[in-house]
Amino acid sequence: MLTHTQARPLIQERLGIAASGEGPLLLVEAPPDQWLALGRLAKAELGCGYLSFVSAVDWKEQGLEVVARVENLEAGFALMMKCKLGAGETRCPSLVPVWRGADWMERECYDMFGVRFEGHPDLRRILLPHDWEGYPLLKSYAVDTPHPPYR
Amino acid sequence: MDIEGRQVLEMGYAGAERLTMNMGPQHPSSHGVFRAILTLEGETVVAVDAVIGYLHRCHEKLSETLTYTQYPSIASKTDYVAAMTSELAYVRAAEMVGKIDVPKRAQYLRVIAAELQRVASHCLWLGTWCLDMGGALGGGATVFLYCIREREDVLDLFESLTGARLLYGFHQVGGTRYDIPAGWAQKCRATVDKIDGRISEFEAMLESNAFFMARTQGVGTVSRELAQEVGISGPLIRGSGVNYDIRRAEPYSSYEDFDFKVPVEMAGDCLARYRVRMVEFRESIKIVRQALDGLPEGPISSRPGVKSVGQVRIPKGEAYARVEGARGEVGCYLIADGSAKPYRMKWRGASFSNLAVLPHIIPGHKVADVVAIMGSVDPVFGEVDR
Amino acid sequence: MLSAIYAFVVGFIVLNAVVGMVTYVTLLERKFAARMQSRIGPYRVGPHGLLQPIADALKLMMKEDIVPRLADRAVYNLAPIVFLVPCMLIFATLPFAPGLGVADLNIGILFFLAVSAMEIVGLFMGGWGSNNKYALLSAMRAVNQIISYDLPFLFVALVPVLLAGSLKLSDIAAAQPDVLHWFIFYPVIGQLAFLAYIVATLAAENRVPFDILEAESELVAGFRVEYSGMKFALIQLGEYAHMIATSFLGALLFLGAWDGPGSAGSPWLGAFYFLLKAMFVFLLVTWIRWSFVRIRVDQILAISWKLLMPVALVLLMATAVVVTWKGPVGG
Repeated sequence: MLTHTQARPLIQERLGIAASGEGPLLLVEAPPDQWLALGRLAKAELGCGYLSFVSAVDWKEQGLEVVARVENLEAGFALMMKCKLGAGETRCPSLVPVWRGADWMERECYDMFGVRFEGHPDLRRILLPHDWEGYPLLKSYAVDTPHPPYR
Repeated sequence: MDIEGRQVLEMGYAGAERLTMNMGPQHPSSHGVFRAILTLEGETVVAVDAVIGYLHRCHEKLSETLTYTQYPSIASKTDYVAAMTSELAYVRAAEMVGKIDVPKRAQYLRVIAAELQRVASHCLWLGTWCLDMGGALGGGATVFLYCIREREDVLDLFESLTGARLLYGFHQVGGTRYDIPAGWAQKCRATVDKIDGRISEFEAMLESNAFFMARTQGVGTVSRELAQEVGISGPLIRGSGVNYDIRRAEPYSSYEDFDFKVPVEMAGDCLARYRVRMVEFRESIKIVRQALDGLPEGPISSRPGVKSVGQVRIPKGEAYARVEGARGEVGCYLIADGSAKPYRMKWRGASFSNLAVLPHIIPGHKVADVVAIMGSVDPVFGEVDR
Repeated sequence: MLSAIYAFVVGFIVLNAVVGMVTYVTLLERKFAARMQSRIGPYRVGPHGLLQPIADALKLMMKEDIVPRLADRAVYNLAPIVFLVPCMLIFATLPFAPGLGVADLNIGILFFLAVSAMEIVGLFMGGWGSNNKYALLSAMRAVNQIISYDLPFLFVALVPVLLAGSLKLSDIAAAQPDVLHWFIFYPVIGQLAFLAYIVATLAAENRVPFDILEAESELVAGFRVEYSGMKFALIQLGEYAHMIATSFLGALLFLGAWDGPGSAGSPWLGAFYFLLKAMFVFLLVTWIRWSFVRIRVDQILAISWKLLMPVALVLLMATAVVVTWKGPVGG
């Protein structure tokens, strides 16, 4: 069974990315073109079958960052995957081919941040009404933006 | 109904007329506001499109405008049925980032609150699930009223502890806000003893009932792989054979001091999830007794006496704190930037992931099974929509 | 001429008595269910809730009558009446005491069973005319279920007919002159037939555990979902009237109808005993209703065709064999 100490060199070797973080929490930052490869590596070889969440962070001038956390429940370690999309960029590969649960989570990211996941089977708003304008969790969206109270 | 880009999961049934039926946001058994657009062939569900978001209040944006002392009371409004564990996730995240210690007494109080909350939440689950299956005018209502009666006793305990029955504001960064009043420990022991006996009665009543077994056995089976990929947690994943309990995987708040069993069932159907939750009732009661026995003296918070709302400042950093809520893994991914308010807070709701499994398991079942499965998934829409 | 007026008056009295009984039976059910659920039930309206049914009836009569815009008006409006009439008509054949009844037909039980099955038409009309998918689904399930269960119901009801040797309801009652001769106590056949009768009644009346028809939590009142006010009241009236009628029938077929201490002398005492026994059957059904969860429609149909029907047929054949060998009880 793969442990977290063995996982780090494996990531370095396959993708050329150094994993930071201490102990059973690995932190890996991958560029968008290696995002899906990292996901596939995590699921197939690191045994991280459990998808905890996929979300995004708005770093203002530096752009958006997609964050995903997956876990290997048997070995007891977690992999926090981050992908900086770059200033002004909103496209990111989708993780749905790897974990089916990414479906709703990526829809929520799209809904809240406007991140367009390429390869997502059904990208549409999930929490907000389908004709909502704007992406609320972006820092540029004011908390008191007026919106109609009823549909 | 003009949802653009909708791709319905097809089952590939040949011919036959299909009926699109809406189990709309107002429905006696949607457990809150949930819309399921069912495509039916006769009585068999061929596809499910789950529409959520009716209870969306954007907690994540809200938390960026509230300080670390203001938000815990609001956090309870996500999983409002199990509010104690909701608040715990947020304050744990703040404590993890800020490396704030929590005194031992506060940790034990948190455990007592969380486990009592689990008992109360499962009471509600059992009652509403039987209500869905048996009808508001029928045997389901009987079980519902019995379970609510037990839940009321636990809520009375919470009322004497925090002053509120449903949404508490009990936790704060660094510990808890209230201490247990005099005589509370005795009342608590008496209540859990009574509930222990009653749960055995309900279990005997339900499991000897052939109709109940017929409705739940083999219905809504979730495989191990699907369970992990979708990220369901709590009694759902333990009902599918995966031994994953955060209280054991990453013990927090002194859970390693307590002796309790984590039930795991292999079948993955509604009956397995029911059995897991029934065992969890008893294990939670065991933990409450142990915690009351071993409750240490000391302060209840390392940051007592909050004088102003901006008092607690967390230095730059990020952490993901998770707790084992009644429904599964409730997590809070917090990014702090040194001020009194978080930079970004992501709320990982257990019910959001749990509900995401529905479009994968419902097709092929009958309409009546939809309510049985939804009840056994036990969603709370505050957590789904946040 | 006079006999026609007499018949009309008797019929009118019986009809009103039935309606009154239906309203108070709802209160009985609510109180019974409440006690099972550790609560009290209606308590405030009148002493111990005794005026609650009156309040409910007045409320329903005063409610606004909402008709869906796209509903098939003729079908929609007629459905409650088509549903109610057979349910009331079956009371005509019930003899409440020797000589006390509206029309004691020679083919009493056959008339009862045939007419009571006609309520399905009204039910389906209601489901179709409402222009509502829930109502339609419920109507489809209704036709499935009631037809499937009317057959075993019929066969089980024929067991006392064979034992008594006559289709006339008063003959069947007269064939049970004292407690030991009640058909429920007939060795083996009586008990099995009574059990099967209760199960068939539950299904034919859409009572939980067979109430997928109205499955509150799935179909929200089923075929009645679009009805309000007086039409809803008529449907409720029909349902409960049918329930009481089958309770009376069960008491007549199995529990000796008007037999009881002192009933030989006074027909009114006999009628009172009959009422008590009918309420016993009704409460038995209610007790089951408030204790069980509902089962799925495919399981219900499986129970009917694979379990109840063979049992009913076997019982009927066994009764036939016994009666041929020993002769009918009634003579």
